[in-house]
Amino acid sequence: MTSVTTDPAQDPRMSGASKPPSLFDGGLQGFLRRKEVRAVLYQILAVTVLFAAFAWMGNNVVINLKALGKDFSYEFLGQASNYDINQRPIEYDSQSTHGRAMLIGIINTGLVAFVGIIFASVIGLLVAIARLSPNWLLSRLAYAFTEFVRNVPVLLHILLVYGVVITVLPNQREGEEPFTLFDRVILSNRGLFIPKPEMHQGAGYLFIAFLAACALAYLWRRYAKVRQEQEGKTLPVLLPSLGLIILLPFLMWLTSPDSLTFSIPEQGRFNVKHGLRLLPEFFALTLALAIYTSAFIAEVIRAGILSVSKGQKEAAGALGFSRLYALRLIILPQALRVAIPPITNQYLNLTKNSSLAIAIGYQDIVGTIGGITLNQTGREMECMILVLLLYLSFSLFISFLMNIYNRSIALVER
Amino acid sequence: MRTLATIAAALAVAASFALSAPASAGTLEDVKARGSLKCIINTGLIGFAFTDANGQWQGFDVDFCRATAAAVLGDPNAVEFVNATGKTRFTLLNSGEGDLLYRNTTVTMSRDADLKLTFLGVNYYDGQGFIVPKSLGISSAHDLDGASVCIQTGTTTELNLADFFRANNISYESVPIETNEEARQTYLAGRCDAYTTDHSGLAATRASFDDPSAHVLLPEIISKEPLGPAVRQGDDEWADVVRWVMTALIEAEEYGITSGNADQLVSGSDNPSVRRILGVEGSYGSFIGLDEEWARRAIKSVGNYGEIFERHLGPNTPIGLERGLNAQWTDGGLLYAYPIR
Amino acid sequence: MADTTAHKDEEQAPITERIPAVGWVWKNLFSTPLNTVLTLFSLWLIWKVGFSFVDWAFLKGVLFADSRVACREISPHGACWGIISERFDIFVYGRYPHEHRWRVNLSFILLIVALAPVLWETMPFRKRGLLFTVAYPFIAGWLLAGGLFGLDPVNTRNFSGFMLTLVIGVTGISLSLPIGVALALARRSSMPVLRIIAVVFIEFIRGVPLITLLFIASVLLAYFLPPGTDFDLIIRVLIMVTLFASAYMAEVIRGGFQALPRGQYEAAEALGLSYWKSLQKIYLPQVLRISIPGIVNSFIGLYKDTTLVIIIGLLDPLGIGRSLLSDAKWAGLAAEMYLFVALFYFISCFAMSRYSLYLERKLEREQAAEQN
Repeated sequence: MTSVTTDPAQDPRMSGASKPPSLFDGGLQGFLRRKEVRAVLYQILAVTVLFAAFAWMGNNVVINLKALGKDFSYEFLGQASNYDINQRPIEYDSQSTHGRAMLIGIINTGLVAFVGIIFASVIGLLVAIARLSPNWLLSRLAYAFTEFVRNVPVLLHILLVYGVVITVLPNQREGEEPFTLFDRVILSNRGLFIPKPEMHQGAGYLFIAFLAACALAYLWRRYAKVRQEQEGKTLPVLLPSLGLIILLPFLMWLTSPDSLTFSIPEQGRFNVKHGLRLLPEFFALTLALAIYTSAFIAEVIRAGILSVSKGQKEAAGALGFSRLYALRLIILPQALRVAIPPITNQYLNLTKNSSLAIAIGYQDIVGTIGGITLNQTGREMECMILVLLLYLSFSLFISFLMNIYNRSIALVER
Repeated sequence: MRTLATIAAALAVAASFALSAPASAGTLEDVKARGSLKCIINTGLIGFAFTDANGQWQGFDVDFCRATAAAVLGDPNAVEFVNATGKTRFTLLNSGEGDLLYRNTTVTMSRDADLKLTFLGVNYYDGQGFIVPKSLGISSAHDLDGASVCIQTGTTTELNLADFFRANNISYESVPIETNEEARQTYLAGRCDAYTTDHSGLAATRASFDDPSAHVLLPEIISKEPLGPAVRQGDDEWADVVRWVMTALIEAEEYGITSGNADQLVSGSDNPSVRRILGVEGSYGSFIGLDEEWARRAIKSVGNYGEIFERHLGPNTPIGLERGLNAQWTDGGLLYAYPIR
Repeated sequence: MADTTAHKDEEQAPITERIPAVGWVWKNLFSTPLNTVLTLFSLWLIWKVGFSFVDWAFLKGVLFADSRVACREISPHGACWGIISERFDIFVYGRYPHEHRWRVNLSFILLIVALAPVLWETMPFRKRGLLFTVAYPFIAGWLLAGGLFGLDPVNTRNFSGFMLTLVIGVTGISLSLPIGVALALARRSSMPVLRIIAVVFIEFIRGVPLITLLFIASVLLAYFLPPGTDFDLIIRVLIMVTLFASAYMAEVIRGGFQALPRGQYEAAEALGLSYWKSLQKIYLPQVLRISIPGIVNSFIGLYKDTTLVIIIGLLDPLGIGRSLLSDAKWAGLAAEMYLFVALFYFISCFAMSRYSLYLERKLEREQAAEQN
C-alpha cells in the first residue's frame, strides 16, 4: 500500500470492482475453484446425501415392516385401551381409546412441567439469595446443597425422593396416622389430599367476578404507576391486587354458596376418599425435578446478581432502599435480564427430564403412548414418532413463551 | 477440492456398506454363525431369572435358555442374556435384539397374531393372584374396593386387573411399576394395599420378604396365565428348534431321563421313547437342523423339567412352589408333552 | 450474650475484637437479629437432617456382612453397607469376565496417563502426551473389546458397571467435541442449506429427551437398517449419546464464536487467509479456549446422563445395584445402594466441576492480564 502507482489489475479487490468477473474465468478448474460455485456444489451435495440417506432408511423400514407382516397405521389410536391410568385429569376408563390415554399422558407431562418449573424457580431464587447471604453458615449450606444436587444424576434424585416419599411419610396401611391440617388436608404415603372445588349452577358468575377483579387490579396498577411518575408517590400494588382478586369472588360466593362446593377428603377403608388427590408419584417426580433444576437455576441467578455492578447496589443503599427492596426493585430485575436465556434452557431440561417419570410409574407421555400403548399394540414406530413430536412441541412451546417474556423485560434502548 | 473428494469417498464407503449388508439368514444359522444365543429374560425375578453371588444368571427361565444353547451350540454357557422389562421384551425380540424370549410371558391371541410373535408352547401354567398384608384382614379380592394395587406394567396383568375390577364393579387405583424388584419395594413401603402378578411371581416375591408370614396370597386367581417361550413370526425352522428343546426337557421327565442318568440310558434303555429323545434311534435331530445328541446335551446341562423346577421353584427352595398344574399329566398336572417321534 | 454487651463500653476491647475467632463468628453469624435467626435455622437443619443420617449411616451402620439378614443381626436399624463392600467388584467390573479384568484395570491406568497432559499444562513432552490422549479412546476400545492383535474378544454385552460409565463417557466426550465443532461451523455457515440442516438437527436433538433417543437406538434403529444387520447395542447407544452430546456441544462452541471479539474476524479477513486456514490458526484455538468451561459442563451433563442407559437394559452402576437387589440376600437395601451410586457420581462430577471452575478463573485472569 506504500506505492501509489499500484496496478489495479494486480490487486484482486480492485479488479473485482472495476470489471464484473465472469464465472467461467480460468476454465473448468477456475469455475470449480470459485467460492460461490463451490458453495452451491457443497449444498447440492449435502441435500443429495441427506435425501439418499432418508430414502435408504425409508426403504429399509418398508422392507422390515413387510418382513414382520406389520403395517404403518394410526388406527389403534381409536381403539379401546383396556388399561387404567391412576392420575386422570379428564374422564377416562379402560374402555376409552388409546388416543385419549395419550391425551392424559400429555396433560400429566404438562402438569409436572408446569408445577415443577414454578417450584424450581422459587427454590432456585431462594437458594441463590441464601448463597449470597452474609450469613456464613447459611451460604455454606446453600453451597453444599447446589453442589450435591447438581452433581448427582437426575434419575437418582427421582428414585431417592420417591423412596423417601413412600417410606418416610406416614404409612396408612400399617395404621400410621397421616398428617392432617384442620381435617381438610391429608398427607400420607398415598399422596396429598386437598378439598376439591366442584362447580355447580351459577359458578359462571364467580368466574366473571374473578375476571373483573383481575381487570380492576390491572387498572389499579396502571393508576399507581401514573401517580408515581407524576407525584413520586408509591402506592401499594401487590396487596390491594391480591385482596381484590380474592375478595371479589369470595363475596360473590357468599351470595350463592351453592354455586361452588368443596368435596372434603375423608379417610376410607384403604385410601382417602373424595377431595383432590396428588399422587405420591406426581409429588416425588415434581419435587425431584424441581430440586435438581433449582440448583442450576440458583447458579444462573447468582451469576446474574453478581453481574449487576456494585455501583447499583451502593446507589440503592444511598437512596435509602432496604436490602430487601434493593434486591426486589433494583438488583433482581437487572439480574434476570442476564439470566433469562439460561433459565429457559433449564425449564426445557426440566420438561425433558420429566420423561424419567417412567422410572417411578407416573403416567406421562412416555408412560402412556410410549409405554403401555406401545407395548400392548406393538406399534413401536408409530408411537415413538408421536412421542418425539410431542416433546418437540413442548420444547417449542416453552421457548416461545420464554422468548415473549424475554422480549418484555429486555432493556429498551432509547 | 480435497474436501469434496473426501466427502465423495465417504459417500462411496457408505453406499458400499449399504449394499454389502448381509441378507437375512434364518435365526438358526445366525446363532450358529455367531456362536452364541441371545436370550431375552427378566431383569430380575427370584426363581425365574436372577444373578447369583458370582454375577451369573440363574433361574427357571434361564435354564431353558441354557438348554437351548446346549442343544444348538453344544455349550450351555454360550448364552448372551438380554434383560427386558415387561414393556421392552417384544420390541427387543422383534427388532432382533434377541433370538428368543423366555421371560415368563403369557401366551395370548393378540400377542401371537397382532404383535407378530410365534409362541412355542407352555413351560409354566400360572394364573394372576393378589398378595396383601395379613394385617389388612382381607380374605377375598372382592374386598379390595377403593384399594391401591401395584402392578407390573407392560404385562397382561394390567389388562386382567382392569377387566376384573370392571366386571365386579369395584373401584381401585392402579400403581404401574416397571420391574418386579421395584414393585416389591413399593408394596413393602405401603404405597399399595395389594400387589398383583402371576401366582408364581407372588410366591417368589414373598419369599424375599423379611417376614413372609405377614403376607397372604388371596384365593382368587383372576386369569389364566400360560407362560411360554416366543420367537419372531416367520422363522419356522428356528421356532421348531426352540419348541422341541423345551418339549424334550418335559418329555425327559416323563420318561425318567435326568442329567445324571442320561449317558447310562443311551446304552442301557430299551424304551423306544427314551432312545428317540437321546438320539439313539431315528434321526430326529436332523429334522430341526441339529445333530442327534441335541436333546441329550440339553438334558445333561440343566436336567429335565422336574429337575429345573425343583432347583429353582420347588418346595426346597425359598420360593417353595408345589408342582400343582405343572405336574406331568400322569401325576394329574397339565404337562403333556408332544411326543418326539 | 448479656455479659458481652455489658462489658462493651468498659476499658476492655470487646471480646469480638480480642479473640479473632469470636469476632468472626459474631460478624458472620450473629450480626443482626435476622442473621441470628438464619444461623439458628441452619443449625436446626443440620442437626435434623445431618444427625439422623449420621446415626443411620455410620453409628448404627454395618460395613461388612455377607447378607442383609447378617446385617440386621448386628444392627437392626442401621445401614447395611455389606451390599457395597461384598459386591464392590461387581459395581466396578460388572459382568466383565474375571480372567480379563486386568484389561479394565489397564484401561483405567491408561486413562490417567491420557488425562495427565490435558490437566498438567507444564508437563514435559506435553505435545506427545496429547497425541496419546487423542489415541486413547481407540486403545481403550481395543483393550476392552479385544478381537485384534491376539487379545481375546470380550462380548460387549458384558460391558457393565463403572467401566460401562467410563466407556460411554469417554467415547461420548471425545467424539462429541469434533462433531460439535463441525455442527457449530455449519450453523454459522453462509450456505443456507448447510445452516438449515444444522439448525434442524441441533434443535431436534435438543428438543427431545435422551431416553426417547436411547429407546430408538434399542428398538427402532433395526427397522432403519437392512434386514439382518446385526450391530451391537453398545455401539448404537454410543452413537445416540454422541449425537445427543454433539448438539449441546455445538451450542457451546457457537457461544464461543459469538464471544470472540469482532476484531479477530476482521484481522483474519485482512490477512487474506482462507476459510480453513483462519479457522485453524485464528478462530478455533481462541474459541475452544473461551468455551472450555462450557465444554467441561456439557461433559458433566453427558457423564450424568449415562445412568439413563438402564432404561434400555444396560447395566451401569445403578443398573448393577438394582440387579443386586433382586438377589434375596440383598433385597431391600435400596437406600444404601442409591446413596453409594449417588456418592460415586458426586465425586466424579464434583471433581470435574471444580476443574471447570478453575479453568474459568484462569481464563478470567488471563483476559484481565491481556487487557492491562
